[in-house]
Amino acid sequence: MSAVVKVNPIACEAYGYCAELLPELVTLDEWGYPIVDGRPMPRHLVELALRAAKDCPRRAFLVEESAESPSRRGGRPRTR
Amino acid sequence: MPTATTDPTAGTRSAGAGTSSSRGDDQVRPTLLAGWHAHRRADLAAHVAYHGAPPLPRRGDTSWAERFAGVVDASGLTGRGGAAFPSATKLGNVRSARGRPTLVVNAMEGEPASAKDKVLLSCVPHLVLDGAELAACALDAGLIVVCVPDAHDDTAAAVQRAVVERVGTGHAPVPVEVVRPPGRYVGGEESALVSWLNGGPGAPTWRPDKRRPLAIGRGAALVHNAETLAHMALVARHGPASFRATGSPEAPGTSLVTVSGGVEHPGVYEIAMGTALGAIVNRARPTDDVKAVLTGGFGGSWVPAAALGTAYTPRAMAEVGGVVGAGVLVVLTRGTCGIAETARVARYMAGESAGQCGPCVFGLPSVADDLELLAFGTADPSLLARLEMRVAAVEGRGACRHPDGVARMVRSALAVFATDAAAHAARGPCAFAGTASVLPSITFLSPNRARAGSGGRA
Repeated sequence: MSAVVKVNPIACEAYGYCAELLPELVTLDEWGYPIVDGRPMPRHLVELALRAAKDCPRRAFLVEESAESPSRRGGRPRTR
Repeated sequence: MPTATTDPTAGTRSAGAGTSSSRGDDQVRPTLLAGWHAHRRADLAAHVAYHGAPPLPRRGDTSWAERFAGVVDASGLTGRGGAAFPSATKLGNVRSARGRPTLVVNAMEGEPASAKDKVLLSCVPHLVLDGAELAACALDAGLIVVCVPDAHDDTAAAVQRAVVERVGTGHAPVPVEVVRPPGRYVGGEESALVSWLNGGPGAPTWRPDKRRPLAIGRGAALVHNAETLAHMALVARHGPASFRATGSPEAPGTSLVTVSGGVEHPGVYEIAMGTALGAIVNRARPTDDVKAVLTGGFGGSWVPAAALGTAYTPRAMAEVGGVVGAGVLVVLTRGTCGIAETARVARYMAGESAGQCGPCVFGLPSVADDLELLAFGTADPSLLARLEMRVAAVEGRGACRHPDGVARMVRSALAVFATDAAAHAARGPCAFAGTASVLPSITFLSPNRARAGSGGRA
């Protein structure tokens, strides 16, 4: 099991805390709304991601379990 | 604009037997509008005289639902509301859900360039109701809800008449209610519709897991497009082979297509799936040489005239960058500006955002701003790059697919009208940018410009 972040676009009001805490996973568009890629995240970021979820004033930043393995980051298709 | 909005039959005049199209076979087929063409009457007696009674289940026939689902599966029928999802799969999903389901007939048709739901419900309401009742029986649904936009009084009255006619005839196994949700662009999106039916605001909801069925009260909701249900009524009567006799193996059956824009006879045509795009366009008599066609509606995709030979099926159209969707074609003829028309569509779509998701609320007006600058103003050197970036920034970022549709439409415009876009960026608006629009939305928004819109020799 691994984790992915999701943004509930209806709840999100562009506070931007998630991007500040987690620049590795979240960038902001020109209107201040977070862009996430929906891919499984490396294990060392899970704790930060959970904190970002807790800190989101709109509870729009979500961390969910994913069945996919967290191996595909940094543009390389298959690491293992 | 589609004449069907004022006279539902105007555009269907040449449909009928034409559904056999390129097969050169004049045999009368059990098609959606055949009954209408034979009798020009929408009442129950005319309907039953032409099509016969619908094969509703006998009391105690426990295997009927299974057989019905099997017949729909074998027909290869796919949803005609836009997603082209296999109808039998959709029946199965809800049948396995808990609670007594509601069958929702989606005739919301928020797309300004579409008129097929209006035509179906005005000309053959009993075919739609047959299909709804069959699907409702298959699901053991407790209620059928027919959704007609609040502004479409004539259509709602036509369905209501049909519903009343059926009471006490044995054609009404499940109670039917006609309801009038707000008729905006995203109003027909199924989660928006179900939200409204549950007493909510009628805006799309965020559904990370789309496999979970929607619910009305405690039961599941099965939302079917009106045309899909009308096809089901024919499939149940005549069997899968009859349905597959028209169309292509990949996309069987007929489909209703609304043709508008630079044509002499805008309206709704019933065509065999797989008919060449150009042949469909020609039935509406373009007013001049065709330059491009907006396929799939305002959230669809432009295809160039070079694609007119393409078979009208979801797969073949996708190969040339087009969209079948809910069967919408807007024809752009020579002497019009694709960039200007695209800017108008984008501005309209920006105004039709449900206003919930930031990237849609802010992104779509930004995209429209850039396009208007490109179409009618003076483009700054970074405009095209910025526009492409903004299009990418709105895609996939909403709760519903509204921004995705706009992104697709604008991208296709920048590809199909690439030469025009470059010329506008370098030298300002072309000679045709100020020409009145041929788009149905523009005539819809400003009726006094409607007559000036065809731009050709009409």
